Amino acid sequence: MSDNIKVSASPHIRSRMSTSRIMFLVIISLLPATLYGIYQFGYNAALIVAVCIASCVVFEYVYEKLMKLPVTIGDLSAIVTGLLLALNLPPTATWWMACIGCAFSIIIVKMLFGGLGQNFMNPALAGRCFLVICFTARMTNFVYDGISSATPLANIRDGQSVDLMAMFIGRIPGTIGEVSTAALLIGAILLIVTGIIDFRIPCAYIGSFVVFMGLVSPGGWDITYLAAQICGGGLILGAFFMATDYVTSPITKTGRVLFGICCGLLTGVFRVYSSSAEGVSYAIIISNLLVPLIEKITLPKCFGKGGEV
Amino acid sequence: MNKCIERIYNGLVRENPTFVLMLGMCPTLAVTTSAMNGVGMGLATTVVLILSNIMISMLRKVIPDGVRIPAFIVVIASFVTIVELLLKAYIPSLYAALGLYIPLIVVNCIILGRAESYASKNGVIYSAFDGLGMGLGFTFGLTCIGIIRELIGNGTFFGLAVLPESYEPLTIFILAPGAFLVLAFLVAAMNRIKLHGGRDTGAGGNCDELCKNCPNTICKGREVIENGR
Repeated sequence: MSDNIKVSASPHIRSRMSTSRIMFLVIISLLPATLYGIYQFGYNAALIVAVCIASCVVFEYVYEKLMKLPVTIGDLSAIVTGLLLALNLPPTATWWMACIGCAFSIIIVKMLFGGLGQNFMNPALAGRCFLVICFTARMTNFVYDGISSATPLANIRDGQSVDLMAMFIGRIPGTIGEVSTAALLIGAILLIVTGIIDFRIPCAYIGSFVVFMGLVSPGGWDITYLAAQICGGGLILGAFFMATDYVTSPITKTGRVLFGICCGLLTGVFRVYSSSAEGVSYAIIISNLLVPLIEKITLPKCFGKGGEV
Repeated sequence: MNKCIERIYNGLVRENPTFVLMLGMCPTLAVTTSAMNGVGMGLATTVVLILSNIMISMLRKVIPDGVRIPAFIVVIASFVTIVELLLKAYIPSLYAALGLYIPLIVVNCIILGRAESYASKNGVIYSAFDGLGMGLGFTFGLTCIGIIRELIGNGTFFGLAVLPESYEPLTIFILAPGAFLVLAFLVAAMNRIKLHGGRDTGAGGNCDELCKNCPNTICKGREVIENGR
């Protein structure tokens, strides 16, 4: 009789989703944007992507070997970090810049704080910001069709008109991964459909950004202007792929909305008031720092410990 | 004499103000954009530290306990003013580079800390050596940080270009974030060395199993496990 009863501790049913599977899906959904970037910017873009991915994996492996830690490159998170960093670099970036950025992302931002799950800000974005501060001129040198030119965001800022369709498809200068809104949206839809990311963060992010820009920016509630602001720069890439990073976004649902609003407002503030036209990366990493606070104030009450009846 | 050397060793290594006591972080982070600035700031502080330690040690029986802090500050501020005027007169370039941080030596917690914890309780000679040791330790720390930041962030070593032309400096290292990064790495390296040293000589001698009462927070119970107790 007793053979028929099995007693075991929960959980009894496990999801088949694992970290490596999630990361694999993120990589898949980043592929359209990556391939478009390589197709548009050519050989050097491919080189940057390859160098970033390879060096992130190597840095993580070497660090873990040196520190005698279990090697975790199998969870693919280093590949995602490398790919995201590559997509955030201009197509004219050099391979050694990519290496330095990866070293900062993986070793300082991720591994020194304890590896995946412990990093306090998005490693790829931190790496990008590190490079922007170190090599400002190189990081803002955008070439399209062999001509060094200003990004559409800088053009809108100067009051020029932009071709909205070109921005949507991606025929514009910019970083490797941010140019094609269409390609990014394909990946984003895949992520939302498979349940990898929560729609709350990108929706709150883009929504609050649009409201802020409508109220405050010189362009006002002009549809073309707002659409150009959404398609231009790294907003789509940031909102769907980087603000939604599990480690650096809140757990609670209200927290995620708050976090998205935070990102949106900061992006708006940076785009309107700062000296540069773009501010997505700084907005997201500053919001990353606010995550512990956001989680603290949005923590649901324990059952039976007060709250409304 | 032995105790004098012990004081210098104490300031340089065992209680290094930058890497161990973590005192005087404001000038440490702010002025170390180049090795020369680090040396200058360190030496200026050393001079003030030695002189104020001597003066406070001499006055320690005269100063009433209730007003000792204001009295210390007056002594320290006088010496800082002297150093400031001397720098302005004889090394104007360094004065310009350090700027506001020279008068701020007054509120550097190393100086007040040594006055409070050492000079006000010990004799003049020992206090002078304590000031010398602490000052050299501070200078050592600042110079280390300055050399690394200048080398990576500007490609130079005490103003001399040592790296090839093709090297593109990582500008972030002479900006504020670089100061925090370099300091953190040096402290980490220092702790690593110290932990090794402690394990070799101490052999867990003063470690019992009550980790929660243990003042050694760096160990986190590691010694208990490693000694198999």
